[in-house]
Amino acid sequence: MKTIVIGVIGADVHAVGNKIIEYTLQNSGYNVVNVGVLSSQEDFIHAAIETDADMILVSSLYGHGEIDCRGMRSKCIESGIGDILLYVGGNIVVGKQDFAEVKQRFLQMGFDRVYPPGTSIDKSLADIKADLGE
Amino acid sequence: MAKYLLIDFGSTFTKLTAVDTEIGDIIGTAAHFTTVAEDIRIGYHNALSALKTKIGNNIKFDRIDACSSAAGGLKMAAIGLVEEMTVEAAKRVCLGAGAKVDLVFSHHLNRQEVQTIIEEKIDIILLAGGADGGNSECVLFNADLLGQMGVKISIVYAGNKSCQDEIKAIFDRYGLDGIICENVMPRINQLNIEDARNRIRDLFLKKIIVAKGIKKIEAEIDEVVLPTPEAVLHACELFSKGYLDEKGQGDIVVVDVGGATTDMYSLCPATKRSDVVLGGLEEPFAKRTVEGDLGIRYSSLGILKAISQEEITMINQTHSIDIVSELKKRHEDPSMLPIDEHDEQVDQLIAQMCTYKAMTRHAGKMEEVFSPMGMVFHQTGKDLSDVDYVIGTGGPIIKAKHPVAILSQTTDVFRKSSELRPQHPQYMLDKDYILSAMGLLVRIDPVLALKIMKKHIIKL
Repeated sequence: MKTIVIGVIGADVHAVGNKIIEYTLQNSGYNVVNVGVLSSQEDFIHAAIETDADMILVSSLYGHGEIDCRGMRSKCIESGIGDILLYVGGNIVVGKQDFAEVKQRFLQMGFDRVYPPGTSIDKSLADIKADLGE
Repeated sequence: MAKYLLIDFGSTFTKLTAVDTEIGDIIGTAAHFTTVAEDIRIGYHNALSALKTKIGNNIKFDRIDACSSAAGGLKMAAIGLVEEMTVEAAKRVCLGAGAKVDLVFSHHLNRQEVQTIIEEKIDIILLAGGADGGNSECVLFNADLLGQMGVKISIVYAGNKSCQDEIKAIFDRYGLDGIICENVMPRINQLNIEDARNRIRDLFLKKIIVAKGIKKIEAEIDEVVLPTPEAVLHACELFSKGYLDEKGQGDIVVVDVGGATTDMYSLCPATKRSDVVLGGLEEPFAKRTVEGDLGIRYSSLGILKAISQEEITMINQTHSIDIVSELKKRHEDPSMLPIDEHDEQVDQLIAQMCTYKAMTRHAGKMEEVFSPMGMVFHQTGKDLSDVDYVIGTGGPIIKAKHPVAILSQTTDVFRKSSELRPQHPQYMLDKDYILSAMGLLVRIDPVLALKIMKKHIIKL
């Protein structure tokens, strides 16, 4: 069974979407490790190390996602899980920015998949399955 | 009706407490220096004859139980994967089992670290790492290295359950003295203390006290049943929770400042508030922390490292002393007894400093986070704000002229609102030094133990 660490990063307390993601991924046959709201980069990474996770899926709904996610790939590399899949989604930046540019910035930060506002987890499931080789 | 003799073989003193169930109280206490280096029985016999001169020679005890922290107590090394997770969980299990955690390691061990474990004469190694079904590579590597280096120390494996079989194979291959038990952190941030703690206690009673020459006392008494700090933890838990109809004291904190360590126990839930988000590893109801660098004799130099130059200047000016030389003096002569009022005052001051620093480390922290949904409170560790009682035990506090001045250092004296220290506790004193004995009595007669504690632990 593949393990996915999920949670809401930074000073963000949006708990509802987090529960929906947990429910959906669990029903799709994944071992879901939910670090919950108000989670730091370290919280995700530590959970991923201890559980030997295959993927970290970061949610950010309050617009500060870019600041909160910066340097996360480097920390993964330093922590010995440099190859882990990193996903991010939600309202990851503020204002009406062109999503293509936003996506580019997050890809450069080392994320493997970046989802625009309003993406349901069902849509990402296909990517998750493909990336995890299932 | 029965009479019990409860013994605490401490690092310095062998303390005897005699209890009569008919009277429902302690009928006598006595103490003598612990003589584990020559023969533990000498100190016991001396203390026993002192006790018998008080309560009569003809007394027959129906049961004689003991706890022990003699000959260095129980020294453990805690090994885990990530510091904040399995390392912390392993550490808490060791402390909850009444051990001193002398060494703590994370991630892959190296040969130098294993060498240190061997040289430091560790009694038991707690090997953890990985949540269940999670990482097994690291803990397998560590077990293998312990094998390669020919470690003779007892090992308790309490890591990822999925690789128990491989661990067992490594133990067998190298002939390691290892046992397997439940994971200390089966899921992320979930703490599982009980099983590992029981295995550690079994090892302590079957092997460690034999090696330390404590076991031979069992020719004369019934049993050594617990390490002393675990006995104290049991007594505190009973005193807090109560038993059946006999009510407890509610949420409590117990402070024990010693010569070498400062122990802090808290008996309360992590939080009672519904408006906080809890972070980090789960907190146990009964939590023990031990500060090996805070003490009023052996560890007095540790205080120097824990305080800043400004604080030193402030202390010197306020109390007209040279705190640095006072601390050095006590470190160099740990058997020093206060000879005048000045010495007593300085001891009192050092105990206060130990208590303050130990509580800073024991208490949880609260962070206020501004979010688009308003102010959010993010808590790590335990919230001790509403603790009802702070109780002092151990020589330096019991003998102090102003125990309240020491115990009040647990509160927020420097107004650091982020630290979740007790806010308005009442103070109590274990004036007859009975907590460890009552921890033994809990196993035989919890109601009586609770009644005796209520009588002998006095409000200040």
